[in-house]
Amino acid sequence: MEALLTRAGVWFVLAIAAVSAVALAQDQGYAVHMAIVAMAALIGLGVTASSADVGAILRGAIHTPVDPSRYDDDPVRWGVLATVFWGIVGFLAGVFIALQLAIPALNLEPWLNFGRVRPLHTSAVIFAFGGNALIASSFYVVQRTCRARLAFPQLARFVFWGYQLFIVLAATGYLLGVTQSKEYAEPEWYVDWWLTAVWVAYLIVFVGTIVKRAEPHIYVANWFYLAFILTVAMLHIVNNLDMPVSLFGSKSYPLFAGVQGALVQWWYGHNAVGFFLTAGFLAMMYYFVPKQAERPIYSYRLSIIHFWALIFLYIWAGPHHLHYTALPDWAQTLGMVFSIMLWMPSWGGMINGLMTLNGAWDKVRTDPIIRMFVISLAFYGMSTFEGPMLSIKAVNSLSHYTDWTIGHVHSGALGWNGMITFAVIYFLVPRLWQRDRLYSLRMVNWHFWLATVGIVFYAASMWVAGITQGLMWREYGADGYLVNSFVETVSALHLMYLLRAFGGGLYLAGGVIMVINVWATIAGRRRIEAPLSDAAYDPQADRPITAVPAE
Amino acid sequence: MSDHSTYDALRHLADSWGLLAMFAVFLTLALWPFRPGARRHNHDAANLIFKDDSDGE
Amino acid sequence: MSITEQHKKLERNVTLLGVGALVAVAIGGIVEIAPLFWIDNTIEQVEGMRPYTPLEQAGRDIYVREGCYACHSQMIRPFRDEVERYGHYSLAAESMYDRPFQWGSKRTGPDLARVGNRYSDEWHVQHLKNPQSVVPDSIMPTYGFLADTALEVPDPAGNLQALRRVGTPYSSRDLEMAAADLRAQANPDLDAADLRERYPKAQIRDFDGDPKRLTEMDALVAYLQVLGTLVDVNDAAAQEQLAGEKGR
Repeated sequence: MEALLTRAGVWFVLAIAAVSAVALAQDQGYAVHMAIVAMAALIGLGVTASSADVGAILRGAIHTPVDPSRYDDDPVRWGVLATVFWGIVGFLAGVFIALQLAIPALNLEPWLNFGRVRPLHTSAVIFAFGGNALIASSFYVVQRTCRARLAFPQLARFVFWGYQLFIVLAATGYLLGVTQSKEYAEPEWYVDWWLTAVWVAYLIVFVGTIVKRAEPHIYVANWFYLAFILTVAMLHIVNNLDMPVSLFGSKSYPLFAGVQGALVQWWYGHNAVGFFLTAGFLAMMYYFVPKQAERPIYSYRLSIIHFWALIFLYIWAGPHHLHYTALPDWAQTLGMVFSIMLWMPSWGGMINGLMTLNGAWDKVRTDPIIRMFVISLAFYGMSTFEGPMLSIKAVNSLSHYTDWTIGHVHSGALGWNGMITFAVIYFLVPRLWQRDRLYSLRMVNWHFWLATVGIVFYAASMWVAGITQGLMWREYGADGYLVNSFVETVSALHLMYLLRAFGGGLYLAGGVIMVINVWATIAGRRRIEAPLSDAAYDPQADRPITAVPAE
Repeated sequence: MSDHSTYDALRHLADSWGLLAMFAVFLTLALWPFRPGARRHNHDAANLIFKDDSDGE
Repeated sequence: MSITEQHKKLERNVTLLGVGALVAVAIGGIVEIAPLFWIDNTIEQVEGMRPYTPLEQAGRDIYVREGCYACHSQMIRPFRDEVERYGHYSLAAESMYDRPFQWGSKRTGPDLARVGNRYSDEWHVQHLKNPQSVVPDSIMPTYGFLADTALEVPDPAGNLQALRRVGTPYSSRDLEMAAADLRAQANPDLDAADLRERYPKAQIRDFDGDPKRLTEMDALVAYLQVLGTLVDVNDAAAQEQLAGEKGR
């Protein structure tokens, strides 16, 4: 009873503090944010104080199996649902801003102008969709590979809910104009501090589980997860060293200005790709690809080299975002050289994943989940070739500032991160809810093809748009003058922008099919459908050839 | 030491022994997992994910 | 202990693994980033650079708030076409007081590093209110609300104070006068001699066409009009810095 009172008291104090902050707020954005925090604290208070077992209600609402496995899977189940939900939000925002570029009338000032929705899209897909997939899958994998339950169950729940609060604060902040306008690090100072607290808790849960493991080895997937958690902590803290104007206002100014600010930002920005979207997702690959293929990883030795080479090299590559800028030349050259070297460990990892299927390639035809893994690795290979190529200064002089970069990012994000996440979701949902199979494998197949065709439209239209724009900007006429005004290079891209939005729409449609499939699987339904592959059998043909007697 | 002679000294090192030492480190690290003693260890680690399947299936 | 044993220790000890990974990822960052804070040729003080006036800084904060960086760069690269289209290529010193830097990574719209004094205030106001009325094929969103929204800076001195804490060299007088400076720059009826002296090349006039009100439009246009105008890239000191920035 006393413990309950203490907990309720903490929630109450938090709520009071947040409400006071609303009253003292210097700007509207901060006031709204503190109101959200107050609401979160009041929900916490209500849950603590209510006599009902909220945990049981929640488990009932999402059809949690009555007899769960010996692992602590509640946060994983919530994380899978959050991944699906934020994925749809992120794709929808993406399609919306893609259409804004083709039809500017869709900008609804001030809250839904492109400049405010664009960070909502990038953060929703990277941090909300990708981040929830990483946290959920890491909690699943670390328990299985360590043969131990999560080390600090309450802290793990704090990580999940705290991370959702971070997402809500970040997303609403962008629409309200609370932003630092540093790419992929837009949230303001107090949201950054909150994320730091959540992230440290995440590290403690993850490392604590590894420490109490019952298995001598630390499986290689956990190495990648660990490097991802540690490095993201380092990047996040250094890139968000800010000076708030007031503790009751949202505005802050960063410690680093100009050139230093640019380099620190892209050291962060590139490694958000390198560690959030690569190392963390490679951890998924190293566990789920072997599990789905039912064969061990092609070469465990290669995975060790892959790990150290990848994490050592990636961190240097940031300056390739700043070619031909006012950044000192030596830093640009270092960034370029290391980006090109990075091609090798990247392909080493891709080969390690693909070769795991050696001897089981027929599964690509029969198992749409394996097919998703394979295409995600293929897109990983493609974009890790394109990346080093774009980091070569001569290529970059054409591609930088154009849609080629956008196309490159999306072949990585939609192809690699998206596809592997979908595959992992399809792997996890039947196991987490103890269903013997998904609602429908044929719908997985539809999802696969919609997403793949969507990416092809997206990437191809952005290649064309980027190269068109780069060439038009530098086009000189016979008279020695620039041929195109800037706006002519904008209107030239109209068709490509429409095709891109179409590709994004297909990808979103695939996501909607996933929602239906996951929903129905959790509800315990099974679609009666013909199996995906059936060797054709024709009894008519199944007999010896007999000579037809002549008439 | 002036900026320039620091640069020259570092550049000389980078072109000679420094390069050799780095290459040796690289080779050692890259070949390290392939030493014969690690074979069984790596096999065990790679297969540990299949040891038991009590993950709610 | 044999070598194999030692290796097993690394693979089985999460602390060692974590420390090893952290060292591996720290090296690259330290080697690339640390020198920028010591090597004195990264940024040389160039004649003309000064911190932003309170009004320009307020405009810059609006630029940051609206996420303009998503479509507009502020970094002209040293190529013939960019220099002819946008002006002299950008120097490191020109963004030394930019917190946060806004070099950008995408040009859905044109570069803005030297947009200052290229268009009239009226053009900017009209363009921000309705871009398509000035550039029919433009795909830029409308920003008419800026002209209707009164400029609210809760604590002008506080903003400058925060900037000074992280290294922008505002004087105590600048802080003291921040609120007055904010109004004086956009209101021709107020005395701005003191502002002009402390912030050379400050453009002092009504920017949004409505002298009675101080709006967010005033601030944003004041910021756009100062971009790239502070440094005379053809003077001797700037040329010397250019010579130092090799390979561009």
